[in-house]
Amino acid sequence: MRSRVLPHPILSVVVAVVWVALANDLSAASLVFGIVLGIGVPLFTACYWPERPIVKRPLVMLEYAAVVAWDIVVSNIEVARLILFRRGSTLRSLFVTVPLELTTPEAVTVLTGTITMTPGTVSADLSADGRSVLVHCLDAGDPDAVVRQIKTRYERRLKEIFE
Amino acid sequence: MALASEILVTVLILVGTFFLFVGSLGLAKLPDLMRRLHAPTKATTLGIGALLIASMLWFDLVHDALSFHEVLIALFLFMTAPVSAHVIAKAHILRDAPTRATLPPAQTSGWATLEPHPADPRER
Repeated sequence: MRSRVLPHPILSVVVAVVWVALANDLSAASLVFGIVLGIGVPLFTACYWPERPIVKRPLVMLEYAAVVAWDIVVSNIEVARLILFRRGSTLRSLFVTVPLELTTPEAVTVLTGTITMTPGTVSADLSADGRSVLVHCLDAGDPDAVVRQIKTRYERRLKEIFE
Repeated sequence: MALASEILVTVLILVGTFFLFVGSLGLAKLPDLMRRLHAPTKATTLGIGALLIASMLWFDLVHDALSFHEVLIALFLFMTAPVSAHVIAKAHILRDAPTRATLPPAQTSGWATLEPHPADPRER
């Protein structure tokens, strides 16, 4: 899918949308200029993009965004409760290893970002071969449940989207 | 209508400031770096998110002027907050021996911070 006019369709859309949002103006003028930038910028930077991320199921992305948005709200309330009502030293914090089935860099990046944004977990490191993530839990009663949640809730969907 | 939207905006601002406050409180209160990292990465996203939604509603409903560049601020926050948290955690693992001792083993190789080769799995 490498056409000469649109070498990177996703980047084109992102540049155009970001331009219109930066201008904060839905008029024809900013739309046209956004589209011009969306076509021009990928053309001139195409040689810096040796590989392009492949998004196989864009609609699953929407579902993923909704799930993550909900989890962010839940995790905020959860963490706020821990901070306000628990003494810091009584929190059962620990590191867990989450084995990865994802292999594409984009999918792993999105997954680690999601882990940081969602209930009581922060991604702390990747293994040298990129096959597992080190996750720090703020208050984990059951480390296996954390791993299971990450794998079923996020990794399964990301695998559908990217691989 | 104007009163209802002003109340809605006010509630969102209050919710936002509450979560921002909790985030800062956690940063000061929690005992060690890894736990402290949890407070600002999460509490602030909902805090800032609520403030940004309040800002959009304020302009869209009260001033009848379409405003959506707040979406960009939220987007940039969502991209930068996990990355900076990840880098801080890596630096902490590298420098703090007691933390290093508590790390579980990775599956097939060491953790990237402590064993930085090979760089890219695709190059092998």
